[in-house]
Formats: sequence, structure tokens, C-alpha cells
Amino acid sequence: MATENKTAELTEIEQFRKDHGLALQDEQQLTTLNLGPTHPATHGIFQNILQMDGEKIVDAVPTIGYIHRAFEKIAERRPFYQITPLTDRMNYCSSPINNMGYHMTVEKLLGITIPKRAQYIRVIMMELARISDHLICNSILGVDSGAFTGFLYVMQERENIYDIYEEVCGARLTTNMGRIGGMERDLSPKALHLIGEFLKRFPKVWAEFEKMMTRNRIFMDRTTDVGAISAERALSYGFTGPNLRAAGVDYDVRVMNPYSSYEDFEFDIPVGSKGDTYDRFLVRNEEVWQSLRIIEQAYKNLPEGSYHADAPHYYLPPKQEVYTNMEALIYHFKIVMGETDAPKGEVYHSVEGGNGELGFYLISDGGRTPYRLHFRRPCFIYYQAYTEMIKGGQLADAILTLSSLNVIAGELDA
Amino acid sequence: MELTNENVLGKIISEFGEENIWDAYNPDGIMTFTTNRETIVNLITYLRDDKELQISFLTTMCGIHYPEQKGKELCVMYQLHSLRHNYRVRIKVFIPGSDPVMPTMTGVYATTNWMEREAFDFYGIIFKGHPNLTRILNIEEMEYHPMLKQYPLEDRTREDKIDTYFGR
Repeated sequence: MATENKTAELTEIEQFRKDHGLALQDEQQLTTLNLGPTHPATHGIFQNILQMDGEKIVDAVPTIGYIHRAFEKIAERRPFYQITPLTDRMNYCSSPINNMGYHMTVEKLLGITIPKRAQYIRVIMMELARISDHLICNSILGVDSGAFTGFLYVMQERENIYDIYEEVCGARLTTNMGRIGGMERDLSPKALHLIGEFLKRFPKVWAEFEKMMTRNRIFMDRTTDVGAISAERALSYGFTGPNLRAAGVDYDVRVMNPYSSYEDFEFDIPVGSKGDTYDRFLVRNEEVWQSLRIIEQAYKNLPEGSYHADAPHYYLPPKQEVYTNMEALIYHFKIVMGETDAPKGEVYHSVEGGNGELGFYLISDGGRTPYRLHFRRPCFIYYQAYTEMIKGGQLADAILTLSSLNVIAGELDA
Repeated sequence: MELTNENVLGKIISEFGEENIWDAYNPDGIMTFTTNRETIVNLITYLRDDKELQISFLTTMCGIHYPEQKGKELCVMYQLHSLRHNYRVRIKVFIPGSDPVMPTMTGVYATTNWMEREAFDFYGIIFKGHPNLTRILNIEEMEYHPMLKQYPLEDRTREDKIDTYFGR
């Protein structure tokens, strides 16, 4: 869609440029390219209106909000336990992390301590979610640079992770895993068996995927020095997680503010140097190995004990108990009817999500619903920097940069 | 220096004076205090640039609405983190709903650009000096700011969810 020369009356495109503060071109023949909102390479619904000078991107105007579902508003009208389904629709590649991060926030508000076994189960689930998140991100990065096979290959493993989810909580994608106060049920023998099988089989698959991608000449040429961001800019933009670690800052919530017994496990934090697409790929690759290490440790040392805290006023009892046990029935009724008020308070809790620091800022005024719940969403913060990262690059590089940032539309818009 | 709530607060008060820093409390281990909109930019810049504190990472910011607090209906919350010392601090600024103007923080932290747009979108807080203060998540044509408490989520004419039925 080439633009026309400037006339006395502004064309529609020029009017748009004027409205968005983009330069009205005089001599330079710029092309306006509409990338999105529903473009297969954006992996979600966000629009980028690019100003192209040939193949080079001169400017970009991102538009977001296409999948905004007003979670923060909805959360103000729901009892605490009903907010869990909202959280797993944010970053839908790693739902359990969101669920458990939210549950930990509420537990912090209520002052509930969780038994060790429940904490370890949570760690196992969160790390499985991290693996599934990273393998999607890295394999899609391969797809965007033209390597489809690796994606199909590791996708099978994601299905296996979803089988584990299904065994643990009954759902595959929007998991609703866990309860305020622990897990809704203990790990069944089948779930333990599936996790054991996964630990045996997955390293081979991932090693093969790495072999295909990491030292691949084409892949390296396409990703090295593409979409780089310096550590200083990344910090100013509020980057966290793999994208910040790729820029060379070793900030990891699991290490700095351990939650859910992460201090019991040994693992390393991979750190990149240049903050480009290739570094982000490598950091995520290595994090998968570290996550496997954590799962192995938690799986081997799974402590005995209860899988939920003794907090009957807030812990939604298992259905089987509701049918057979009077107290459970009473508490179930009270919780579902929203009769249990939370104490007044104000908490912030953050977990290391698949993409970075996923924070929950919760204000309770002593009622049955939160007064204000704010999600600190890492993707919302990454996508701001996207314009700066792709300027001066090529369109094909912009696609790869977006893939490696791993911006999930659900989390971006909430 | 070991950052504790006491010595950080003492340092901030000695820099900005007691008339600008008040209501310090500690709800969840994160020191929270209130300041005014004249001080906030200098304060956050000071926290970022001070060699001892190095509280140079803005974790998040958001708006909050307290309709029953007359003259202080809107609140903007900034939460900062010192990655070097692993120390967090939370700063609140209360502003009247009739005059919802705040200075922008985009010159200090790049990340506040969209966060401020989000606060504007949800609460109608106007950030003076922001390069592009437009709605970000909702459509441009929207005529109100949806997170304000006077806009209930549910239809007010509905009768099936009133508290009486739930014994509340």
C-alpha cells in the first residue's frame, strides 16, 4: 500500500500519521504496513502499524487491548476463590504458575502456612509449566525462522505435560490448579508415574531439539544481534525474567525472594550477555534444563504429609468430603456463598512466571472480595520496548524479536 | 549499608522533610508511605540515583479509587525494588477526584509510559507531561473510566444477587 504524494487535503493515511505523531513524509517514500491484529506471526492479537522504508522499519505504533477482558474489574466483584479462573487465562502457556502465584498472595494476606508436601507439589507443577512455556516460545521461534519440525517434535512433549495437568487437576489448558491453602487433591499414583516418565523421556527430546537449533548456521544468522536491548534499557523498561537475564542481569524471583520452598533446591540462573534474540533463546533453553533439575529434586524428596493447610474457612474442601463429612459441607457452603471475609490488609507477592516477575498486588478492605487486585504482568512491560527494539531492523527480524520476547496476548491485556 | 525500613525512611525524611512524607506503615513487609504530587518525581529520582539506596527498579504502579475519602479519592501506587539490596518500597500519592492530575514519571523510568496510560484509561488520572496519554486497553470512544467504583460490574437492576438472599 504505497502512499500518494502530499496534497492539500490530507489522505486518510496521512491523517492517521498526523494523529499518531508519525512523520509526514515529504521526499522519502514510506510504506505503511499493518502487521496484525490477527497475523499468524504475532502469536496473539496485537496490532503494529509499521512505517517501512523499503524493508527497514522506521517507526512502529503498537495497539493493544484486543483481548482485554477487564480482569481487574471482575476481580473486585468475586470472592477470592473465584478469581483463580481469571488468573489462568492470563498467561495461558503456563497457567499453573499464575494460579499458584495468586493463591500464595491470598495465603500471604490470610497468614496461612502451607505444608511442605503441598509446597513441593506446587514447585513441581510450576516448573512443568515453565518448561511448557519455554518450549512453546523456543519452538515457535524456530517456526518463525522457518524450522517447523522442531516445533512439532516438542509439541508432543507439551501434550505430555498437559496429561500430567489433567491427572492433577482435571483440565489441560486453563488449569484452575490448586486452592487457597494448598492443592485440591494429592498427587495420584498415576500422576507420579507420568511425572517420572516425563523426567526420563524429556531430556532426550530437548537435547535433540537443542542439537537442531543452537548451533544451526541459519538460525544463528537470523537471531544473533537481532532485537538487542542493553541491560540498562531493559531495567528502565522494567524487564524481568528470561528477557532481562539474557541482557545480563541475574534477577530471578525464585532466588531473590524464595517462595514455596524454592530455597531447598539447587539450580543455576542462566545469564546472557547481549540481550539479543539468540541470547534469549539460549537462556530459555538452559532454564528448561534447570527446571528439570528442580523437578527431579522435588520428585525424589517429596515429603510426606498433608497436601493442604488446615484453614477450613478458606480452603475449599474436596467434593468427596463435602458429600461425606458434615464440617466440610458447612465450610463448603460458607465459602461458596462468600460468607467468609478476608482480613483487612495489603499484600504484594510475586512469582517467577514463565515470562518474568508476575506480581499480584492485593488490597482487602475486610470484605468477601478484594478491594483492588492489580496484576503486574511482565508481557505488558515487554511490549512497550518492542518499538525501540525493532526500529532500524527488518520486518523479518521484527517477527523474530516478538517471538523471542514471548509476549502472550492474554497476559498483555488481562 | 543494610537497608531497613527505619534507616531508609530516616534518609528519605531527612532529604525531603517531614511535611512531604507521612503515614509510613508496613502492611506486608514492604514499607509503604504517602507523599504528595509535588515531591513524587524528585523522590523517585532520588531513590534511583542515590548511591547507598539504589532503589532503581520500578516494579509496578497502579491507580486505586477510594470514593469515600473526600479530597483524596484517587491514589497512585508506585512500587520500587532495589535489586542490589533486595529491598522493596511502596509509595502512595493521594489526589482529589476533582483534580486528577499527576506529574509523569516517563522521564525517570521508561516503563511508566504504558502503566500511566493504563492508569489514565482505568481511572482518568491525567499525567502531565506524558508523551502520548491516550487510552491503551479500552477503545478510544469510551466515555468513562471503568475501574472507578461508581461503575458497578453488574447490572443494577438485577435482583437475583442482592445481599439479602445470602444472609448478608
